[in-house]
Amino acid sequence: MSAEDTAATPETARPPHPLREFWFYFSENKGAVAGLIVVVTLVIVALGADVIAPHPPHEQYRDALLVPPVWQEGGQWKFLLGTDATGRDMLSRLIHGSRFSLMIGSIVVTLALSLGIALGLAAAFFHIVVSSVVMRLMDVILSVPSLLLALVVVAILGPGLINAMIAVSVVYLPHFVRLTRASAMAEMSKDYVTASRVSGAGLLRLMFVSVLPNCMPPLIVQATLGFSSAVLDAAALGFLGMGAQPPTPEWGTMLADAREFILRAWWVVTFPGLAILITVLAFNLMGDGLRDALDPKLKRS
Amino acid sequence: MLRFLLSRIGLLIPTFIGVTLIAFGFIRLIPGDPIEVLAGERGVSPERHAELMAQFGYDRPWWEQYAGFVGNVLQGDLGKSIVTKQPVLDEFLTLFPATIELALCAILFAIIIGLPVGVLAGVKRGSVFDHTVMGISLTGYSMPIFWWGLLLIIFFSGILQWTPVSGRISFLFFFEPVTGFMLIDSLLSGEKGAFKSAVSHLILPAVVLGTIPLAVIARQTRSAMLEVLSEDYVRTARAKGLPPSRVIGLHALRNALIPVVTVIGLQVGVLLAGAILTETIFAWPGVGKWLVDSIARRDYPSVQGGLLLIALVVMLVNLLVDLLYGVINPRIRHVR
Repeated sequence: MSAEDTAATPETARPPHPLREFWFYFSENKGAVAGLIVVVTLVIVALGADVIAPHPPHEQYRDALLVPPVWQEGGQWKFLLGTDATGRDMLSRLIHGSRFSLMIGSIVVTLALSLGIALGLAAAFFHIVVSSVVMRLMDVILSVPSLLLALVVVAILGPGLINAMIAVSVVYLPHFVRLTRASAMAEMSKDYVTASRVSGAGLLRLMFVSVLPNCMPPLIVQATLGFSSAVLDAAALGFLGMGAQPPTPEWGTMLADAREFILRAWWVVTFPGLAILITVLAFNLMGDGLRDALDPKLKRS
Repeated sequence: MLRFLLSRIGLLIPTFIGVTLIAFGFIRLIPGDPIEVLAGERGVSPERHAELMAQFGYDRPWWEQYAGFVGNVLQGDLGKSIVTKQPVLDEFLTLFPATIELALCAILFAIIIGLPVGVLAGVKRGSVFDHTVMGISLTGYSMPIFWWGLLLIIFFSGILQWTPVSGRISFLFFFEPVTGFMLIDSLLSGEKGAFKSAVSHLILPAVVLGTIPLAVIARQTRSAMLEVLSEDYVRTARAKGLPPSRVIGLHALRNALIPVVTVIGLQVGVLLAGAILTETIFAWPGVGKWLVDSIARRDYPSVQGGLLLIALVVMLVNLLVDLLYGVINPRIRHVR
């Protein structure tokens, strides 16, 4: 805070900028800050993968199959985390894999969030028939265990990275629809919406300009948590052979490739899973911090 | 209570119709028509194709086909597997006990550890123990369980050689299944060492499958305890001079359990989704592995039937939890 701020009299003092207030609450949560740091690092690694990775992800070093990590006997400085069964550098593949995980998360969340907002607002604003049809449909999706539904969608569309992303988006859609509808219904009974309505605002304006911005905080939290679930489920699909196909360096797919070497070469199994765990954990930590900072009900005043 | 029961069952009907629509649509959404799907890679001649279309009624309008499908489902006819030619329902019922056994042991493991740990973390809020438990449970919650399973195999089966890698029981033992639950059957068989073998096969998969529920239950119990401990009646109980164990064990825990029961009920979906991965890793012969295998070998009638049956199981368990919730929390029963 500058001297000017502290010298200001109460009459002229303005409330802190929302972003500053947000950062104040967010930074109180140490775990959330740690999560944010990991996420930022991941984004940098993913963007600069071509520069950072010591080897190309698909380059096979035929004379260096299943080389252990550098600190173990037989390790080579050329391959810091060792190589896999076809002599590809683990570290480089992991670095390139971060691109897939972040892309999967972003696309799934964007798809589920935008469709979820549209359906949720429609369910809140339109006739009861629309609302019941949408909500019952979401109930149906929720009654099938997430991974099973994703598998079924992939069975229809065929295995592959893009289809896996569509499948996971379908699975997480109901969470966003329910959340949007619930917060929109809560907002709609408030005076400012009535005021906006009587002053002649059209339906679209009411939906997207008056109500939606006030529904965003829980949606942002859910989007962050949905991001981690999307990464996890897409990796699970990859592991089952229904997601990204080899030789794509997607972490789940790498794990599936590594399974047969499980008792011979621990590193080919350990590192891809660790990468998934760290990514998912970081987003979950960040989601918890966002909830603290954005949810007014839990905010400690 | 009867009205409550009926209204809950009434809510299930549209969901059930929706699930049958998805299962019905599933085979028709796969590229190629149902006969090509059923014939698999062998293919059929055009004449035979038309004949089969008529025989199975695929040339009729879709709503007639759907009505026929629902009629069959209600009579327990879910079609036959393309691969084994066995009725899908029979295959499912043969494998389902293995999944139930695994899921029950997993949730028991999660409750037995998660509940006391959550209570203790809530009571000792802010302590080192609390922070440790919350850290571990967030990690458990974020765990890719297929990797967790592989790690445990490396450690316990590979390095320590304590547990077997796959299956339900050692090949040395063979007996006719009575209940379908290996733990019970192995005891009934009276063979020496059979029960021990069954336990050693079960323990790792159960721990893997129970990990996420364990994290969820511990977190939920802790936050429910925190909420309850600040209530007036807890303060009253303390002021009366009741010993802390009684205040926590009786007054607080009983009310804190209400949201925990809901969360435990919600784990059914998590357990069944997790069973798909856990059974695949440990070659556990349950419905999860069967579904993955069925998808891989394009046995679509099995996938369709499995989808329907699992959704039904999830719906029924959720109904049961709803009813149980009404029993332990009388306030719910009288709403609406």
